[in-house]
Amino acid sequence: MTELVVHDLQRSFGGVQAVGGVSFTLRSGDLLALIGPNGAGKSTCFNLLNGQLRPDSGSVRLDGTELVGLPPRRIWALGVGRTFQITATFASMTVAENVQMVLLSRARRLFGLWRPAATQFREPALALLDRVGMAAQADRPCGVLAYGDVKRVELAMALASEPTVLLMDEPTAGMAPAERLALMALTAELVRERGLAVLFTEHDMDAVFGHATRVLVLDRGRLIAEGSPDQVRADPRVQSVYLGGEA
Amino acid sequence: MSFLLVQALSGLATAATLFLVSSGLTIVFGVTRIVNFAHGSFYMVGAYAGWSLIERFGGTPAGFWGSVAAAALAMGVLGAAMEIGLLRRLYRSPELFQLLGTFGVVLVVQDLTAWAWGPEDLLGRRASGLKGSIDILDQPFPLYDLVLIGLGPLVLGLLWLLFNRTRWGTLVRAATQDREMTSALGVDPARLFTGVLFLGCALAGLGGALQVPREAVTLQMDVAIVVEAFVVVVVGGMGSLTGAFLASLLIGQLQAFGILVFPQITLVIVFLFMAVVLVLRPHGLLGRAEEMPPTAPATVTVPLSRGRHAGVWALALLAVMAAAPLVAGDYALILLTEVVILALFAASLHLLIGLGGLVSFGHAAWFGLGAYGSALLVKHMDAPMPLALAGAPVLAGLGALVAGWFCVRRSGLYFAMLTLAFAQIVWSIAFQWYAVTGGDNGILGVWPSAWAAGKAAYYWLTLALCGGALWLLRRAAFAPFGYALRAGRDSGLRAESVGIDVRRFQWMAFVLAGAAAGLAGGLYAFAKGSVFPTLLAVPQSVDALVMVLMGGIQTVAGPLAGAAVFHLLESEVMSMTDWWRLVLGLIIVALVLVFPKGIVGFLSGLRSSFGRRRA
Repeated sequence: MTELVVHDLQRSFGGVQAVGGVSFTLRSGDLLALIGPNGAGKSTCFNLLNGQLRPDSGSVRLDGTELVGLPPRRIWALGVGRTFQITATFASMTVAENVQMVLLSRARRLFGLWRPAATQFREPALALLDRVGMAAQADRPCGVLAYGDVKRVELAMALASEPTVLLMDEPTAGMAPAERLALMALTAELVRERGLAVLFTEHDMDAVFGHATRVLVLDRGRLIAEGSPDQVRADPRVQSVYLGGEA
Repeated sequence: MSFLLVQALSGLATAATLFLVSSGLTIVFGVTRIVNFAHGSFYMVGAYAGWSLIERFGGTPAGFWGSVAAAALAMGVLGAAMEIGLLRRLYRSPELFQLLGTFGVVLVVQDLTAWAWGPEDLLGRRASGLKGSIDILDQPFPLYDLVLIGLGPLVLGLLWLLFNRTRWGTLVRAATQDREMTSALGVDPARLFTGVLFLGCALAGLGGALQVPREAVTLQMDVAIVVEAFVVVVVGGMGSLTGAFLASLLIGQLQAFGILVFPQITLVIVFLFMAVVLVLRPHGLLGRAEEMPPTAPATVTVPLSRGRHAGVWALALLAVMAAAPLVAGDYALILLTEVVILALFAASLHLLIGLGGLVSFGHAAWFGLGAYGSALLVKHMDAPMPLALAGAPVLAGLGALVAGWFCVRRSGLYFAMLTLAFAQIVWSIAFQWYAVTGGDNGILGVWPSAWAAGKAAYYWLTLALCGGALWLLRRAAFAPFGYALRAGRDSGLRAESVGIDVRRFQWMAFVLAGAAAGLAGGLYAFAKGSVFPTLLAVPQSVDALVMVLMGGIQTVAGPLAGAAVFHLLESEVMSMTDWWRLVLGLIIVALVLVFPKGIVGFLSGLRSSFGRRRA
């Protein structure tokens, strides 16, 4: 049972408070959606959690271990995986090699100077790609993939490190509707199967309300609502600031 | 006390010249994002042109100042011509091409200047009306230097007015901040850029012409000043005028007082100062983070081609080369030995550029350090050849270990500048530390042991050592280490978020490349029997870059072909002419103009246009 406890996280840029006192808890089995209008501070929140940005104050504890102040690669080593809003893969490598890199890194074998990298961990990499439906494209260069496919490679890369916590920044952005639902269904399945704790941001409300176990609503850097999808949907504050005209 | 004051004043006079030159460099960089290596050439030609004009018209104060102004304007016109003929085609190229292309101009200008004014140093006449000196606290101080000291702030003020009070200046500032937006607003960027090059090069020419009464005009002043101007611009913050002024003042004083304390290593002090500033304030004293140049990918992002049956081909090539002494004469064997050595040198640089995306502009430092390491072991410790050869990669690797710690902290252009700075440090030590390195005279009598003294024997030795090293480099490139290096280049963000310590891999690669280059250098020293500071100088670094570029970045075998082609060209074609700099410069310029997006970009462009035609 893993528990990521976020307490009173704050971060300003210049005079603008991007994240102002965010607290929540993420546990194994959660598929927690973080939603909010553009500029609400979702991506900043993610960057604070995985160490890319340092918060001005607040704490992030993973099973009691303080993560604030650690570089991204240390936080990753503790079991916090991440996918990016703007896709970031190793474009000069094949799809399989991208996943193999993560497996090599996990096994601390990156400093090898002798055995070819392409032959190491290939089978487990193919198995992971099969899980996200990318096995058929395993030997294509990552740089030529369609956007939605890159997102799936990212998911395979994140899974390769066997994380206990997974942060997914807009995992389905740029995907066709059918693809979106498939990817969210896969994520939900992984949560159940592996007991993952997933925090994701998403603009697509079908994805959010169809799969999330809980929903956090962020507005101008502050959490304004938290609860089950139904509770959040019914919350008048959410309707006014976020759903706006739809309410 | 009065002595210190005079020293400080002469530091200010140096600072004024430095500021004139570096302000031009920083303005040009701010708008075009090109680091113009040829900036020092305009300074040098400005000095030569100024010298000729002053000889003729400099008898009166009006004649003197008129001559200075005319020289500056002429350099402005030449700068504008360079923008139209060359730079305009390079704005979207990787920074490696921009640096190389403008360095090609440096070479061409050097030979043309020597052709026009001859190789002798020229001493100009003193400035009319300012020949005397005045006493400052009983110490004489040249009147002309006082005028120069006043000129620095004056030019800064005029530039401030130009950029803040005129429409043209406002447009230039706008273009500095956002090029696309400015052109979207209907400003013709081409004309703006030509104007900026005019201004920048005129300032360089002004700085050069103003030096005529102070020091001899020589053919070496171009690279010397441009490297100093790089330091000023980097320390001040790239693109910042006030930063350049501040940095000029600091470096002027550092030189004036450094020469009192450490007369042997003034150059080292300046470069160390820059390295320290960059580590403490990564964007320079007054630079802002967003002024970081948008680094065009220096390398391609296609998979490194593994090549079918590469092992078979490599063995076949090795067999053919090993058999060469059976048919080749002594001269051919010497040439082949050098080709093999340079292939290792180029391949070691390719490790940084091709895999790490790290464009080193000072790779000669490690080649030269290896050569000097071997030579010093032989000279001062009577070491036998095997020991001296083993010392070469060790010394070079240690040097790269120290320098690499600084260099990998920055990427893109700053990395290039830092590697250049460290190469200059090593060069200046070899050049200035006469007692140990023999300075300019180099170290002679570095000959192989008796068993390897024959041309064929030494060739085989070289082939075995370089072949082995190349094989190791290739293994490393395809091993997880090489992949991790590429991962950091492709996406640093992703690499860090899957546990890859990008800097550490870059640092390791730097050391590995340094050691490999060092081994090549050690072998080179014994092949030649001597070492000279030129082995560590900028042109040697550029040679390596050209070899890598010629061979193409996309394959591990590329640098080998590049080294062979380049060296044969150099020894067979360029030795037939006295104007080899001109020829090499033109080749470099042609190379970057024909392949502005890199050789692979060129090939894939060909392929896609070919595909379109067929479709």
